[in-house]
Amino acid sequence: MTVETLVPFEEALTRYDPVMGLEIHIELNTATKMFCGCPTEFGAEPNTQVCPVCLALPGALPVVNAKAVESAIRMGLALNCEIAQWCRFARKNYFYPDMPKNFQTSQYDEPIAFDGYVDVEVDGETFRIEIERAHMEEDTGKALHVGGSTGRIHGADFSLVDYNRAGIPLIEIVTRTIEVPPEKAPAVARAYVSHVRDLIGGLGVSDVRMDQGSLRADVNLSLKPKGSTTLGTRSETKNVNSFRSVERAVRFEISRHAGILDAGGRVVQETRHFQEDTGTTLSGREKSDADDYRYFPEPDLAPVSPSREWVEELRATLPEPPAVRRARLQADWGFSDLDMRDTIGAGALDLIVATVEAGTTPQAAKKWWLGEMARRANESGHDLDALGITPQQVAEIQGLIDAKRINDKLARSVFDGVIAGEGTPEEVVVSRKLEVVSDDGALGAAVDRAIEGDPDAAAKIRAGNLGVAGALIGAVMKEMRGQADAGRVRELILEKLS
Amino acid sequence: MSSDLTRKTADELARALSAEEVSSVEVTRALVDRIESVDGSIHAFLHVDAEGALAAAADVDRRRADGDQLPYLAGVPIAIKDVLATKGMPTTCGSKILDGWIPPYDATVTARIKAAGLPILGKTNMDEFAMGSSTEHSAYGPTHNPWDTTRIPGGSGGGSAAAVAAFEAPLAIGTDTGGSIRQPGALTGTVGVKPTYGGVSRYGLVAMASSLDQAGPVTRTVLDAALLHELIAGHDPMDSTSIPDAVPAVVAAARRADVKGLRIGIVRELGGEGFQPGVEARFTEAVELLTSAGAEVVEVSIPSLRYALGAYYLVMPSEASSNLAKFDAMRYGVRVPPAGVDDPSAEQVMASSRDAGFGDEVKRRIILGTYALSSGYYDAYYGSAQKVRTILSRDFAAAFADVDVLVSPTSPTTAYPLGDKLDDPLAMYLGDVATIPANLVGIPGLSLPVGLADEDDLPVGLQFLAPQKADDRLYNAAAALEQLLEQKWGGTLLSRAPELEAIR
Amino acid sequence: MSEPVTGISREDVVHLAGLARIDLSDAELDHLATELPAILEHVASVQEAAGDDVPAMSHPVPVDNVFREDVVRPSLAPADALAAAPASDQQRFLVPKILGEG
Repeated sequence: MTVETLVPFEEALTRYDPVMGLEIHIELNTATKMFCGCPTEFGAEPNTQVCPVCLALPGALPVVNAKAVESAIRMGLALNCEIAQWCRFARKNYFYPDMPKNFQTSQYDEPIAFDGYVDVEVDGETFRIEIERAHMEEDTGKALHVGGSTGRIHGADFSLVDYNRAGIPLIEIVTRTIEVPPEKAPAVARAYVSHVRDLIGGLGVSDVRMDQGSLRADVNLSLKPKGSTTLGTRSETKNVNSFRSVERAVRFEISRHAGILDAGGRVVQETRHFQEDTGTTLSGREKSDADDYRYFPEPDLAPVSPSREWVEELRATLPEPPAVRRARLQADWGFSDLDMRDTIGAGALDLIVATVEAGTTPQAAKKWWLGEMARRANESGHDLDALGITPQQVAEIQGLIDAKRINDKLARSVFDGVIAGEGTPEEVVVSRKLEVVSDDGALGAAVDRAIEGDPDAAAKIRAGNLGVAGALIGAVMKEMRGQADAGRVRELILEKLS
Repeated sequence: MSSDLTRKTADELARALSAEEVSSVEVTRALVDRIESVDGSIHAFLHVDAEGALAAAADVDRRRADGDQLPYLAGVPIAIKDVLATKGMPTTCGSKILDGWIPPYDATVTARIKAAGLPILGKTNMDEFAMGSSTEHSAYGPTHNPWDTTRIPGGSGGGSAAAVAAFEAPLAIGTDTGGSIRQPGALTGTVGVKPTYGGVSRYGLVAMASSLDQAGPVTRTVLDAALLHELIAGHDPMDSTSIPDAVPAVVAAARRADVKGLRIGIVRELGGEGFQPGVEARFTEAVELLTSAGAEVVEVSIPSLRYALGAYYLVMPSEASSNLAKFDAMRYGVRVPPAGVDDPSAEQVMASSRDAGFGDEVKRRIILGTYALSSGYYDAYYGSAQKVRTILSRDFAAAFADVDVLVSPTSPTTAYPLGDKLDDPLAMYLGDVATIPANLVGIPGLSLPVGLADEDDLPVGLQFLAPQKADDRLYNAAAALEQLLEQKWGGTLLSRAPELEAIR
Repeated sequence: MSEPVTGISREDVVHLAGLARIDLSDAELDHLATELPAILEHVASVQEAAGDDVPAMSHPVPVDNVFREDVVRPSLAPADALAAAPASDQQRFLVPKILGEG
């Protein structure tokens, strides 16, 4: 492997313009697979959700899942696409051990949805991303690479394949070339993926979890020298498992391509894999003329011709458009424009919605998700929804604070416990002994000791100088190891010194 | 009546069984004995399940004794081409790559046969993955024609046709992608029907060419074919290309057997050059018989037929190249690692297993199909071939606007000697010229034996073709002609076949 | 492979065998390289049959919108699913090491 020289992002953009496209694969949350009645539950025992169809046993035939078509049409409509009057499935032929038929049943030149767009916002500016197509296809199985030192595919001795995932419905959404100011490209890429996640999540057709692979983004990128019209060779980066990674992958590939081009090299057309730990990409498989997929219309499946009545019925089921919804939420919540921008930028909109639905005020929900949770997400490199804590749990913790059973500081320890899998917030409070002391007897004794220990302060308070109460409160809190309600301590001190 | 049980038609057996004149166990036993005695020289079967068939027969007998209402063909044994999945019974498709594969599920056709109480005698020989017209491309050795065991029985369903012709089974299931039911029917003096595409479920039929494949009956009489057709046909939600409409009334049509006023078209392009004189002579006589019975016979032209063979030999291998990709020795099938390679990769093992597991004809078609679909050639080959289907179907529609059924010889020749065309694939392909158009346009076809060619005393078949979903017209016309011929002959054609020597 | 309908070389057959994942022997490659051009010449007539206005037929009997309700049907027992596997381990299909990525 050659060592690549990276050119810093900003410097790269002085000489090159990025040409970017994004492909998003959405795993639908249908009860059954795309072409057979096998269940689709995540995390089932290996090869327990397989049948003659999805194992490609000789003789088996596919039948299309109606719900998947319905979901595809609703997604197409949400992406402002045209819905095909008539379209077919097609076979994409290539050999791979995780693909039982050695062809993927997909769509080729007749996608179910095409010519759409979405408007995404970055730093208060709106960018229109054009959608070329959204088509139906199926997922592959999963190979576990055994042996070798890395556990990765390279150097493995053999592989173990589980076909539970083979045949789960996927919708692939392909953008046209995204044309934005070069320096905005990484942020726009991230915002687009985040926007699509919210949009599709709002339809209820997918779990849209990047960390679980139900939303997967591929970044296609090439550079062209400034002023040139010649397109460069593109790389296709897969394994981008978070919004943050989308942004990092775009930045890294721009730096990498620029390094190669500056050195007079040739960018290889290939699949690359994003490395979460280093923020870099590694070479996967070189695309070559061997990738001749020999697409042809799938003769085993009937064409799909959704009636206009059906399409209109499905259009009527769409939730309000994102812009309308945001405006409504902003008004309901009383957020400033800046609050709203931060919320969307952090991918926290739906999390805050859910937290508020679970009984918390919008302000409190925002405080946690954009503060404590955003900090944790940033540190761990996860997206907010992959932190291991749910909006319901956040709401529960805020409830404990409101009930004065814990305070903000203790809440952080509750978050730690919940994220570490120690149980519900309630259980964590108990097991970590975090509950604040609300027993006036115990608190009173601590207050007495504090007054005794600092007679000067006590005298000043008696004289009406309440500004020094903080010193006594601090002493009490210290003795109680933080597990006291500071407000109540203050009340007790003032009572005793009045 | 036990001495001649094997000679009975399925209809005769069904009546005798329901009258309780004979038991299914007796019938099944007689056929198992017959297979044991003659199949050494025919090799119609790849697998015989005597035990399973007898158990199924005993079950039917018990249910009948209990007074259960049973389907008409309950207890009548059947043989199934080895290209249909049979749960718990080997299914090899005539290929080494599937040697020993035992499906964990039944094809819909198999399930319907089991549900109707027909004991399954076993699985019949075939060209590997149904690719061939002689059954010589079976990885397990050829089937021999009961009329002359030095000759081919036709193909790919030579096993099913020979089993029926050799009285090893009264009924068999065949599959027809370009004539694999009808051509062996013609060459063995039996009846073979390819129903309308989508008329019989393809679920569990190991696909060669998905848009052409169709399973159908292989029998000795037209009525038997209709009875079996009615049993296996009908909508199947597991096959997306299955026709949702009701099955045409084929049994009633076979019993009607009346061609008075029927308009019959002779396809001008399917005769003349390349057709054996004895074939043409028997065909012409048969048409004269139909005329004498009141049919109106006219000549029609289907000009685009000259492109049909080319279209077929592009569409079929293209679809086959993709359908057969699943045989990679990863999930099932025989895994053959490459010789002299240490620690081979999955890619290498796939490639070596496919080289070792597939025969020459299969590889030839896969490579041809891969070529026809590949980038830069798709439009010229696969795309053009699919357009030919459109033109051809328009031409057939025009012909059927004037006539009720079309007729032609089923095969240009009678059965040729084993090995004769094995090294000349193109010559073998040309033998399919009359049968493939029906597959390309999805219409039904039936081959009926119409006599023996003068030059070689071997059977000749006449093919009836009807519009899509009008399969009943085939049965009506063929049953009428069958009656006329048998009156003329004073018996069945098969009664003139040579006695097979029992090999003990 | 450049121009359509210019025949098919031995190199082409090697390329096709790679696409089709068949490890053809030299003798097989030689044989096919002589046989395929003859077959292709015969089938090439389809190119003159129809113009651009003729639609291609992928399905001989037209039926649209054949769907299945999104209702779970029983899967195979894992033992049945794996019964024919040339090799298996940990209830998974064991395959030789995979070189490229999908």
